Parts: sequence; C-alpha cells; structure tokens
Amino acid sequence: MKDIAMKALYTLISLFVILNYGLLLTGTMARVRAKVQGRIGQPVYQPYIDILKNNFLRTSIYHGVMFFLGPVFRLAGGLGTYLFIPVIFGSTIFSNFAFSGDLLLVMYFIFFGQLGMALGAGQSGHPYSPIGVSRGLAQMTAFELPFALAVISIASQYGTLSITGIVAAQQGGILNWVAFTNPLAMVAGMISFLGMSMDNPFSIVLAPQEIPIGPPTEMNAGFLGMLQTNRAIFNGAKLVLFMNLFFGGAGNLLVMVVKTFLLYFYVVFVGASFPRFRPDQSIRFFLGIPTLIGIAAVVLQMV
Amino acid sequence: MYENVMKSAERFKARPLGRDQKIGGMKQREDLLFMKVEQEQAVPFITWLKELGGFGHLVLFTAVDFIEQDIFQITYLLHSYEQHHDIVVLVEIDRQKAEMESIHHLWPHAATYQQELFEMFGITFPGSPRLYEDFALEGWQGPPPMRRDFDTKEYSEKTYFPRPGRVTHDPATYMKEQLYPGEAQTW
Amino acid sequence: MDNDSNNKEQLDEIRKQLTLANNDVREGEQAYFCDARPVVVEPYRGILERFANWARSESLWILGFGTGCGAIELRPLMTSRYDMYRFGIQPRPTPRQAGVFVIGGYASVKTMKRIVRSYEQMQGPKFVVGLGSCTINGGMYWDSYNTINRLDHYIPVDVYIAGCMPRPEALLAGFNALKAKIRAGECDGMNKYAQNFDWYKANQKQIIKHWEMPDYNW
Repeated sequence: MKDIAMKALYTLISLFVILNYGLLLTGTMARVRAKVQGRIGQPVYQPYIDILKNNFLRTSIYHGVMFFLGPVFRLAGGLGTYLFIPVIFGSTIFSNFAFSGDLLLVMYFIFFGQLGMALGAGQSGHPYSPIGVSRGLAQMTAFELPFALAVISIASQYGTLSITGIVAAQQGGILNWVAFTNPLAMVAGMISFLGMSMDNPFSIVLAPQEIPIGPPTEMNAGFLGMLQTNRAIFNGAKLVLFMNLFFGGAGNLLVMVVKTFLLYFYVVFVGASFPRFRPDQSIRFFLGIPTLIGIAAVVLQMV
Repeated sequence: MYENVMKSAERFKARPLGRDQKIGGMKQREDLLFMKVEQEQAVPFITWLKELGGFGHLVLFTAVDFIEQDIFQITYLLHSYEQHHDIVVLVEIDRQKAEMESIHHLWPHAATYQQELFEMFGITFPGSPRLYEDFALEGWQGPPPMRRDFDTKEYSEKTYFPRPGRVTHDPATYMKEQLYPGEAQTW
Repeated sequence: MDNDSNNKEQLDEIRKQLTLANNDVREGEQAYFCDARPVVVEPYRGILERFANWARSESLWILGFGTGCGAIELRPLMTSRYDMYRFGIQPRPTPRQAGVFVIGGYASVKTMKRIVRSYEQMQGPKFVVGLGSCTINGGMYWDSYNTINRLDHYIPVDVYIAGCMPRPEALLAGFNALKAKIRAGECDGMNKYAQNFDWYKANQKQIIKHWEMPDYNW
C-alpha cells in the first residue's frame, strides 16, 4: 500500500515537472523564434496565461459525446507516452512506469492521441477538422516508418525493447551513445523527430493560415486548454524519449534539461530555416531518404 | 488596326468619339478609342471586335445613369493583347425600358457583370444565367440603389441609426482655424 | 439602453414577429443548431475574477477575419516592426478559439451578417474592437445605401479606435486601452448582448433581410 502511495506521489511530481518544463520550453522557443525574426516576442510565461485564460472562459460548446473524446484521448496519449518513459536514469522519482517492453507501448501511444483526435474532430462536424486529421494521420504514418526502423535497429543492437536497458547500455562515456555507435539509426530517428514535432517543414497539419488550425478547429475554452496542456507534456515526453534513445539518457535533471533543450533547439533551428512542405511532399520525403537510411541501419545491425 | 476597325465601324453604324480633340486640355491616349453604337448594333459590333478585331479581353462592363437625358449608358471596355489597344463601346439604352442584349455567350464572366448591373441599376439581360440571384446585396428590397433617383442619404438615415453630431467642415478653412491658427495663409 | 431609432414602428413590428426559432435555416437542418437564448453568466467573485481578468487581458486572441479595409492595418502588427506578440496578442483563425473581434472598418450589410454569426460563435467573455471611423458613425460611408453607421447597435463594442485608417501604433494603443478596461472588469459585452438580446436581434433583422442562418449560433 505504501509503495503504491509513494509511486502515485512520484508520478505526480514527475508530471508536474514535465508539464512546467514543457510549458517553459514552449515559451522560450517562441521567444527564440521571435529573435530569429527580429522581434521581441511573447513573454516566456505566455503559454501559462493562455491555458489559464482558456480555462477561465465563461461559456464552452461541445458537439456530442464523441467531441469530449478528442481532447481526452489526446491528453491520455500524451500522459501515456510520458508515463512509460524513464526520464532520469537510475532515479526512483523519475523512472515512471518503465518496464521491459515500454518502447513498443510508447510508440503506440504516440499514435494514440491523433486517433482520438480524429473521433472528436469528426464529431465536431466542421469540414476543416477532418482535413487536418487526415493530413496529420497521413504524415504521422509516414514519419512512423523511419522512426520504427531506427527503433528496430537499436533494439537489435542492444537486444532489448526496454528504454531503461537501452539507456543503461549507453552509459560510460559519450562514445557509447547510439548517436556514435549506430549513427544511421540516429539520423533516421532525428529526421522523423522533425515530423513528430510538427514544426516548420512539417507544420501543415496545424496550418494556422490555410485550414484554420487543423484538427482542433472547433475546440474551445477548456477543450483547447486541455490540448495545450497535452502539447506541453507530449513535447517533453518526445524530447525525453529521443534523448534516451540516441543521446545516452540523463543522470540528473540538469543534464536532462540541457540535452532536451538542445534537441528542441535543433527542431526550432530547422523550422526557422526551412519553408513548409505540403502534406504529399512531406510524405514523399519521409518515405524516401529517411526510410532508406533506416533500412540501412537495420541491415547493418542484422548482418 | 485603326483603319480596319473604322471600316467595320461603318458597317455597324458605330461612330468614334473625339479621338483627336483635347478633353479638359489633355490629349487623349493614343491607344484608347471611344465608339458609340446603336443598341441594336451593339452586340454584333462587339462580336466582330472579339472574333475578328482581336479584342479578346473584356476588361470592364458597367453602366452610367444619365437621368437628365432619361438614358442608361452601358460601357464595354475591350482590350487587345496583340495590338495593345483599348476600345470603349458606349451604348445608350432607354431608362424606362432598361433592357440590353446579353453578352455572356462571348465571355462567360460577363454574366457576373450583368448580375451586378441588374442588382445595382435594374437593367435586365434576358437569357443571362443567374441574373435574378443575389449578388452583393443579399435580400435587397426597394429600388436599385445605383439609380440616381434613389436617395442613398435618406435611406441611410432611415435605416442605419445615424449617430447625431456629424458636422461637415471645409478642410482648408478648418485646418487653418483649428490646426494652424497662427500661421499666415500660404496657399 | 438608448434607442434613437427614428422609425420605432418598424422596429416594434419586427420585435413582434421575432419568434427566433431558427425558422430561416434551410429545411431539415434545424436540428443541427442550438435553439436556446443566450444566458447571462455571472462573473466569479472577488480575487478570482480579478485574476481571471488579468489572464484574459494578457492573452488576447484576435479573430482573423478581415471585415473591412482596416484589416490591412492588422497585418503589420504581426511583423517585427510592431510585434503584437509581446503584448500577448495573437491572431486565431477560428471564432471558437478567439476572444477579441476586430471589426476592420466599414461593415456592409453583407459583412454584417457574417460578423453577427462569427461574433455569436465566439466563446465568452468576448471583446469587440471597432477599428476606424466607419464603425463609430459610418465614417466616409455614412450616407451609403449598404453600410451600417453605428456598430454598437448590432453587437456590443468595448473599444473604438478612431481614424481613417488608424495606424498600427493607434491599434496597439487601442489594445492597451482594451487591456486596461478588461483588468478593471468593465468589458462585459457578452452579458450585455444576452440581456438586450431582443434589441440587438431586432436591429440586426431590420437590415439583414435574407437572414437564412440560425438565430442562435453558439
């Protein structure tokens, strides 16, 4: 009983840390992007105010029962992704619910939120929502391929599907990181990470100009606040996952912050430098060279 | 080009308007020609201009209300890309029986102009598609608003809750009095 | 509510006929729309409302619907020269998520129909900024047959920015005035609209002859 209570407490602490970290990171990166464009940019704490404001709205509208499932599934997907990733190697508080096959579950949960969103967006009846959802799912399927190949390559390299195991195998110096022992898998994974972050070259899913805001077109007030909360958690979870898979994990919070910041910075760097792909272009892009790199990574590990 | 158009213009009883005379002290553009045509000859003349004269582009198509002479003047502005030349075809129609032949068979987009002209001036174009559908004024009741006997000021004051306290100033005297009271008049 | 309409009879007649049951929606589509009047939502009390008002004032999401020529003055606000993001203002493409409706100058009857619909789809508390002289008294289009003169007869307006057109600096000043009003708790257009719903609807229906949209858009 005491173990369960302690675990619940640790989970709450872990969630609290990643939520705030994700929000601050989003605010900081908006600021970085503003500097690239020569602006001052929004305050770092703007994401907090936006969430607060959305939850303080007096009215809210929903379109049927399924509409609730969109944000709920999304949040469940974000939480699920995060809660099965060990954030800090060797820490009891931040090990979350890591177990021997957690990598597969995490990959499933990354997809899960978008599927739930499809239900909610479809129920809203707004024609732009299904367009956004179909674009999102198509792009997601495309970037899932190089990512899955990279994961297969790492799994066969270390003979485990446990993230903790993969992190443990990378300990003992920078040269033990997957980024150096299996660079092809790292390249394939990092390219699919760009798609997963939905930053600029692959941001057509959210497309604030072409199709109003994509899947969450009809989401308002609390629903939108929930989606924004999820985006912060999901962002943090993805960053931690890629840090664990390719860059040796983190021994303490400071290392985690530095590594994930640099990872996110790489996404923003690419996003600020490149224009957008159309959905068909981005799908063709992911199914091209990144997939070939991923196959090469798998083949090199297998032979 | 000019001679060619002029030759056919005789056939369609179209007469050019003041190509060489100066209007308001300014000489008219070299590449612009005004032609006045009778109502019956208008569409045949425009058809000739489009099919044989090379004026393939309908730039503009509008009407002017000359209420004093009890006519509408319909204006077709055509352009030829080969010759870089404009022709304005002016047709006067009776204001009481405001009806004109449609030219939507020559340019499909003319139907939209005709829709607008019907809505704004009440000029009908028999056979023109979507003529009686709403265009810009959704659910307009009352006389066509661009006719000059329609008093827009009165209608606006009656309908749109005018805010009291509107004054009109002559800009020159107002600026002199209010903005630069101490300065000598320099204009 | 002051009513300086000079054809009271016509208004009264419209008010009498005002059944408001989505009668003008196309046949068979009435079930898709809400059929209840807006209700007055009481604000929170005390420090919670003050905190909520602070959050609202620091996160103004503009509805990105260019309703008139003044919309061209909104675009420079996003650029690095004016940078409205530093005030917590950002554009939002859908009325469901936006909180501030900027009426960009003159509103013709045709636009007014869309303005009403978009305004009603926004979630409260919602704020309206009337941009340019046209929203105040009709501006240079005051005697036009198709342009409204006073915006506040159709939707509640919180802040007017005078000028034809006001420059982006004036817009920023207007947004800061709006922020101050929100923080002081004076912007209650949403409840005002709900309280005087019949008056607003009668005014709207007087000019929008082809209604053809639901009476309740939330």
